[in-house]
Amino acid sequence: MSVLVFIDQTEGKIKKSSYEAATYAADTAKLLGTHAEAIVIGDSTEDLSALGQYGIQKVYHCAGADVSHLDAQVYARIVSECCTQHGATVVVFSANTSGKAIAPRVSVRLKAGLVVGAIALPETSNGFVVKKSVFSGKAFAHVAINTAVKVIAVNPNAYTITKTEGTATVESLSNSGSAGKINVVAVNKVTGEIPLSEAELVVSGGRGLKGPENWGLVTELASLLGAATACSRPVADVHWRPHHEHVGQTGLAIAPNLYIAIGISGAIQHLAGVNRSKTIVVINKDPEAPFFKAADYGIVGDAFEVVPKIITALKKLKGIS
Amino acid sequence: MKILVCISKTPDTTAKIAFTDNNTKFAGDGVQWIINPYDEWYSLVRAIELKEADPSTIIHLIHAGTADSDPIIRKALALGGDEAIRIDADSQDSYYIATQIAKVAQEGGYDLIFTGKETIDYNGSSIGAMIAETLDLPFISHAVKFDLSGSTATVTREIEGGEEVDQAPLPLVVSCQKGMAEMRIPGMKGIMGARTKPLKVVTPAEVDTLTSVVSFDLPPAKSGVKLISPETPEELVILLSEEAKVI
Ligand SMILES: Cc1cc2nc3c(=O)[nH]c(=O)nc-3n(C[C@H](O)[C@H](O)[C@H](O)COP(=O)(O)OP(=O)(O)OC[C@H]3O[C@@H](n4cnc5c(N)ncnc54)[C@H](O)[C@@H]3O)c2cc1C
Ligand SMILES: Nc1ncnc2c1ncn2[C@@H]1O[C@H](COP(=O)(O)O)[C@@H](O)[C@H]1O
Repeated sequence: MSVLVFIDQTEGKIKKSSYEAATYAADTAKLLGTHAEAIVIGDSTEDLSALGQYGIQKVYHCAGADVSHLDAQVYARIVSECCTQHGATVVVFSANTSGKAIAPRVSVRLKAGLVVGAIALPETSNGFVVKKSVFSGKAFAHVAINTAVKVIAVNPNAYTITKTEGTATVESLSNSGSAGKINVVAVNKVTGEIPLSEAELVVSGGRGLKGPENWGLVTELASLLGAATACSRPVADVHWRPHHEHVGQTGLAIAPNLYIAIGISGAIQHLAGVNRSKTIVVINKDPEAPFFKAADYGIVGDAFEVVPKIITALKKLKGIS
Repeated sequence: MKILVCISKTPDTTAKIAFTDNNTKFAGDGVQWIINPYDEWYSLVRAIELKEADPSTIIHLIHAGTADSDPIIRKALALGGDEAIRIDADSQDSYYIATQIAKVAQEGGYDLIFTGKETIDYNGSSIGAMIAETLDLPFISHAVKFDLSGSTATVTREIEGGEEVDQAPLPLVVSCQKGMAEMRIPGMKGIMGARTKPLKVVTPAEVDTLTSVVSFDLPPAKSGVKLISPETPEELVILLSEEAKVI
């Protein structure tokens, strides 16, 4: 018996959400009185033994040209075989784009019940019950997994990473099957920016900012904080900002530690994507804006006057003049 | 070319979220139901566009649900599609639903299966990948752009911090999100035509369920907003650093 976590990488580097998943796997293993192992697929620039610092005892590494990019069909087979061979009873993923493509396939292969979007450790006093976010963050469901093997995908930013001492042993694994059918022809990374889904701090702008020419306010505040930028849907629809920044019911759902909303009314469909944020700040000139009901801190005022003052105060705090 | 478009039903985006039966069931009475936005706006419309480009294309819609879903299916047919299949099953277990759909898909011999990236109620994000695994097909998730040339698809998908362009042979399963197509509203002709399009009801196969919902709950209400004067917004910086400890 063991807990197996899939470690997702981008360009050979482990993603932050994978460290969260590793910690979740290690803590689940403790709960079940067993140990946690990890599987890494694709070449890596990391010292994989350092996964020991996140509570992982052993790492299976499957490298090589035929697994150099994500093909869910191939990756799911490798993870499933590893799980069966080493007797894992729980398989953990991050519920990021890779995890959402692979975990359901592993669930089918192993005929193992699946929960995507877990936000807490399993409850094991009566069965095996996982709490997950539903209704786009507006509610939670407690879902019982009724099979011997369980598959869990943990929401990004929902579980805190713990790092201690430790070294994992690394064992290489070979891909016993064929290469995948998917070819990657291009990767377009938004360089230098923090991926919104992994960001701890997010500054977001809405239609209240009047036009793309005013976005300097949002980006300056964000870069001072080391935050990612986001926007409401109408802003992306009229191409003031790129599609991938759109958060909400039909965009990305995020759960940062801090979400600053500037000139956003707080429509229910917008809130659906951001209401899991730990601290919400709303800057809006309309005191009746619905967003204030969901906020922790609010300023009723004109963004064009308020935000520059916040920027000045932040520079002072950080010792930048 | 035969396309299968998966259609799910969700409460309207503004519906009040509440639960009944000791918090084990969504309180659906009086709630307005809609086609899951990812299915309606993105995957179905893209399928219709492919048919417009190649009129020999056949589009089937599939939904697993009870007869209560028929109005939603008719609405989808009003947007486009040649016929619909409803699997007369009701379950919240993704494995159960995906296996049911895969069985129908297997018989139908589709070249392309579209799903939405997730349902906005249970946020499962799994049906597409599960159908693909059951049928042993490649799967591309979070697609924002889809083009076909012969039997090769070129798909742009969202990845963390960017986009990736993939090529894959048909048959293929794709989960769709914003960017795939521009949303449409059904016209009068579509609505009239939908009434006579076939809606086939099939009985579900024997399939196990692997998970079950024990209960639902709602997040605790926010304790209320702390307002800061617009004259002294620098106080916000202090509160965020010293009280909330987030910066
Ligand atoms: C099915 C469906 C799905 C949807 N999905 C999404 C989604 O995923 N994400 C999303 O964001 N929306 C979504 N929407 C749209 C949503 O309902 C709102 O229309 C949208 O969120 C409004 O965007 P906004 O707040 O930027 O603009 P507005 O509603 O126009 O609000 C602008 C705000 O800025 C304030 N303002 C104006 N000037 C200033 C100033 N100088 N200083 C400070 N404040 C100012 C105003 O008081 C106002 O509150 C969806 C809608 C539907 C029907
Ligand atoms: N009951 C259903 N019937 C048909 N398609 C469904 C059903 N449930 C989910 N889907 C499809 O699968 C997608 C993802 O759903 P889910 O994995 O449940 O979040 C949806 O956008 C639909 O396209």
